[in-house]
Amino acid sequence: MGKMIDILCSGHAACPGCIDAVSARHVLAALGPDCVAVMPPSCMAVIAGPQPFSGLRIPVYQASLESAAASACGLRRALDVRGRTETQVVVLAGDGGTYDIGLQCLSSAAERNENILYVCFDNEGYMNTGAQKSSSTPRYAKTGSTPAGKPTRKKNFTEIMAAHRVPYAATATAGFLRDLVRKVEKAKSLRGTRVLTLLIPCLDGWGVPEDQGIAVARLAVQSGMFPLYEVEDGLRYTLNDPPKSRPVRDYLMSQGRYRNLGDAQLDELQREVDADWARLEQRAQASAVQ
Amino acid sequence: MSPGNDAVLLTGNHAVAWGARLARPKVVPVYPITPQTPILELLTEFQAQGELEAEIITPESEHSVMAACIAASLGGVRVFTATASQGLMLMHELLHYASGARAPIVMANVNRTIASPWGFWPDQTDSVAQRDTGWIQFYVESAQEGLDTVLQAFRIAERVRLPVMINLDAFYVSHSLEPVRVPPQALADEYLPPYAPEHYLDPARGESWGNVVTQEMYWRHRRDIGGAMDAVPEVAAEADREWQRLSGRGWDLVERYRCEGADLVVLTMGSMCGTAREAVDELRDAGHAAGLLKVRLFRPLPAAELRRALAGVRDVLVLDRNFSPGAGGVLHQELRAALYGTAAAPRVHGALAGVGGVNVPPAKIAELAGRARSSEPLPEAVWAR
Repeated sequence: MGKMIDILCSGHAACPGCIDAVSARHVLAALGPDCVAVMPPSCMAVIAGPQPFSGLRIPVYQASLESAAASACGLRRALDVRGRTETQVVVLAGDGGTYDIGLQCLSSAAERNENILYVCFDNEGYMNTGAQKSSSTPRYAKTGSTPAGKPTRKKNFTEIMAAHRVPYAATATAGFLRDLVRKVEKAKSLRGTRVLTLLIPCLDGWGVPEDQGIAVARLAVQSGMFPLYEVEDGLRYTLNDPPKSRPVRDYLMSQGRYRNLGDAQLDELQREVDADWARLEQRAQASAVQ
Repeated sequence: MSPGNDAVLLTGNHAVAWGARLARPKVVPVYPITPQTPILELLTEFQAQGELEAEIITPESEHSVMAACIAASLGGVRVFTATASQGLMLMHELLHYASGARAPIVMANVNRTIASPWGFWPDQTDSVAQRDTGWIQFYVESAQEGLDTVLQAFRIAERVRLPVMINLDAFYVSHSLEPVRVPPQALADEYLPPYAPEHYLDPARGESWGNVVTQEMYWRHRRDIGGAMDAVPEVAAEADREWQRLSGRGWDLVERYRCEGADLVVLTMGSMCGTAREAVDELRDAGHAAGLLKVRLFRPLPAAELRRALAGVRDVLVLDRNFSPGAGGVLHQELRAALYGTAAAPRVHGALAGVGGVNVPPAKIAELAGRARSSEPLPEAVWAR
């Protein structure tokens, strides 16, 4: 991957073994220093550090929880007015600030195809407040607000963004770092609203040992629970390696949040993942024919 | 039409849009809402015609409008927007955010009743309810004052680094056609130089905004905002004097109308002042020493100037076109707080007059004034229409 210029500095405030930090480090290194970050309250905002310190070598604007994309649009236009049209405006948000409270303004930004890169650090819950469910939390995962397991599915955020026909919407994870960096570079080369969703296993929130974050991220992809794919202009789907090759059980059993999951529930999740994977394959094949 | 010194007929909304155009904002996020929409439409029309070089952003809500305003302002450019009623309510959280960020945004708010139930009538509860958000607030009586105040607002905002809200009453001001002098661009430029902030977000500078602070830093920041607010009366008075020198029009922070030797003074804000002037004229014609104090700057409340203006006055009648349930009229409340403990303070009578947009004719104001003169003030404001 060549020599890396660190934008995220050591000494930041992430938990030991945090996948947010390693993901942000690579996202920011790929974007380079001509960049301004917008962060709603999230784990990233904590990692960015308290005043007068900053964990990032680029300017950061900490927005309100529900307004990250709208704030990014304002900053984008101001930079454009000042002639800084090549400067990247990147949103580093969590899934609470994206799938839930921030979705309205993100949808609006995407509809206007504002020239921003939106990166969702998706740890499938409100981990910064101690692990409560968000609309990104998958079915049957236990959280502080769903102690018996969440009864409903994870919202399909990438599909929602693709439906806006944005130039680029993709999933990635630090479990497959080359794929992640390639996608950041691709997003950087495009203009308009670009959306990356990074799966971030949360060690504390998911019940994962400190040294297992990357392994769990890899299992998420290999089990098909978190497929790696790209959607260009909302229409062209590309499935990225690796393909689904393992049962969801392998992924689920690696985490405390699925403890006490029954066989019937396991089977149900397997059926959901199989159906979702088949649908994605169909779309990718249809795109290849075009 | 083109700007010049001849008067043209403009609504309050269009006069405000002209004021904004003359101020040369670079980013204008805006969302439609009755009765503000004509401001939005004229600004987007100016931009489409190439007469306003600004980035227009049309987000999905007023909340996102204000979010974009703050970030654009921190991005180092001049920002204008406009809203009304529910839109202002939706912005509430970010109004605090804006003043906290020391973003010198200028926003027009068309005062309209707050739901529920729905209504579209003049009522200032929407903006007086924002009095603790750290925004400077003006209330204007006419279209011309609206235009001039937009330009003054940018000058003040950028000097003290606090946002400014200009309030104009729904329909009475926003939709009434009045003769307005639109100043030439050169005059506006002389009055309002290009925005050149000391701090802004840019990779070349490396400054950030919003990271978590300690108690000590937060406390200091709030104290500094207070200091900036305290400077506003002086800065605003200078802005008004300078505008008067250049354009021939000044509006004062507190206007005294026929207050010479007055033993009774009517005190109010916005379009109600126009009605109160007539009432004062009638009272004077009938031999009563009545006057009007128009509160143009409401936040910060120019308490010292109000105390001076009311020295020696026996009765003050406060007309509030707003209602704070459990507290009464906000201006009534604020004036009493400003006068409390001062020697020989006037008797303060409060009337909730015009709440919900009900008509309050001059004769009604004269009647309320007569009653104030002849009775002890009540601790609470009384309902009047």
